[in-house]
Amino acid sequence: MKTMAGSVGIVEKKFFTFAEPPNELVLESGEKLGPITLAYETYGELNEDRSNAILILHALSGDSHAAGFYSKNDKKPGWWDNVIGPGKAFDTDKYFIICSNVIGGCQGSTGPSSINPKTGKPYALSFPVITIGDMVNAQTHLIDYLGIEKLFAVAGGSMGGMQALQWAVAYPDRVHVSIPIATTAKLSPQGIAFNEVGRVAIMMDPNFNGGNYYGGEIPRRGLALARMIGHITYLSDESMHEKFGRALRGKERPSFRFDVDFEVESYLHYKGDTFVERFDANSYLYITKAIDYFDLSYGTGSLVETFRDVKSSFLIISFKSDWLYPPYQAKEIVKALMVNGKDVTYCEIDSKYGHDAFLLDEGEMSVVIKNFLEHHARRLGILKD
Amino acid sequence: MERTVRIDHNVIVRLIPEGSSVLDLGCGDGSLLKKLKDEKGIQGKGIEISEIGVKQCISKGLTVLQGDIDEGLRDYPDKSFDYVVLNQTLQVVKKPDLVLSEMLRVGKRGIVGFPNFAYWKIRLYLLFEGRMPKTRFLPYEWYNTPNIHLCSVKDFEIYCAEHGISIERRIYISTERGGRILRGVMPNLFAENAIYVIRKNG
Repeated sequence: MKTMAGSVGIVEKKFFTFAEPPNELVLESGEKLGPITLAYETYGELNEDRSNAILILHALSGDSHAAGFYSKNDKKPGWWDNVIGPGKAFDTDKYFIICSNVIGGCQGSTGPSSINPKTGKPYALSFPVITIGDMVNAQTHLIDYLGIEKLFAVAGGSMGGMQALQWAVAYPDRVHVSIPIATTAKLSPQGIAFNEVGRVAIMMDPNFNGGNYYGGEIPRRGLALARMIGHITYLSDESMHEKFGRALRGKERPSFRFDVDFEVESYLHYKGDTFVERFDANSYLYITKAIDYFDLSYGTGSLVETFRDVKSSFLIISFKSDWLYPPYQAKEIVKALMVNGKDVTYCEIDSKYGHDAFLLDEGEMSVVIKNFLEHHARRLGILKD
Repeated sequence: MERTVRIDHNVIVRLIPEGSSVLDLGCGDGSLLKKLKDEKGIQGKGIEISEIGVKQCISKGLTVLQGDIDEGLRDYPDKSFDYVVLNQTLQVVKKPDLVLSEMLRVGKRGIVGFPNFAYWKIRLYLLFEGRMPKTRFLPYEWYNTPNIHLCSVKDFEIYCAEHGISIERRIYISTERGGRILRGVMPNLFAENAIYVIRKNG
């Protein structure tokens, strides 16, 4: 661990279990799931009137470990450590930050790799299909358990942004401020296509075995390939030029074989291989499916109608070079909120880092979020002048 | 320029009644909106094309959308604001006619502020220098100016007459002697800056 300055320091993953039968959580599909465990972490202090809580929502491959380190020797901080901590955008000196692993995940929350108490075996593909709405419904139980009636803010990028939108729509009285970043109100057909290719890669792996690979060889190559495809969609043409160019990997000349020649190939293989060590292939199937299904206008017919009863203030952020969740999709959200006369602020950040920009922030996004939160915290009396 | 811009802002703040709803097109760093909020308790929103401007607005606690007003305001319902402000922005938009008609559809009233290109110093500059005029308000060179649709007080009044727009108030400003509001004759010659309160007829 390099430095403690600006860091939340050593953090601990905690667990909360609810929905014990017969009080299972009823999912959007109509199926029931329970008991459910959510892995979560908190940073900072909840204030006396419990008004300063911010729920951070993670993306496809994220988890509850949003900031800080697990031990003194831990080299890798949480996935959004650049914006969470003392003095940072999500300032732990001012706010109480919560982040939980989604249901369907594989980092401590109940998902396909969890043991089904009815059978004593992992759920695998008998795990019910979950939605972004289900993830959020599960989170409300954690928020209840933490004694928080109304969140000051919900915030997240990509799939985290979908949850931030879902929170504002499904629980208008429980969120003051919603910050959806690099996201959409419904996944584009292009997004669904990439997700499906990733799922096919996993399911075609000879080790997949209908999802029953626990205790044996895992569908390593399929999951790595899915991750490689995913990573291409998170970058931009420009950032690939800058990061890799056409540089060769550890050689002067091309090999004239089908080995890894280029830096970009090496990078993708590395990302694929390391992902397999920490992520469950079945979770990848379930979570990408939840992303595909996400459509906020489903059931109301239009996004304008969906937002009719929301009460939150919104800060919507997109990145110019993000072609997976392009700015026009963020603008659709902005327009629908605007037509309803809702309080929405929109910022399009001129980053070259593609979809990944929300994780790699160089301070632009941070400043916007920090100022926005402070303004609303003062408006709501959470911060005193 | 600094002082004159502040006079603009003071004039506009005086023109807008307490508690109005205001949309500021091309709101820049948000200083006018902030002043309107602080001094008149308005419900304000801004639209600004630059990321820098948007960030400055957010730091002032303003509600702002990053967007291009040349793309129109089609998503705003008719008469959804008491006032739509277009200050020092008319001359930089690509389609001033579209922007003016949209602002008067969306707002009950519009407030337009722009530099008068028929100001006497500009006329003399062109006459004697034979070069594109530069003033405190128009400090750019011909090749790098964002001002692509400059007009005079007379041009603007003719435009309004021809497009069914009625002018409710005219305020002319000069930066001479520290900046003041002009009262008197020949504004097309002596006004350096003009601010109009306008409304669509009918």
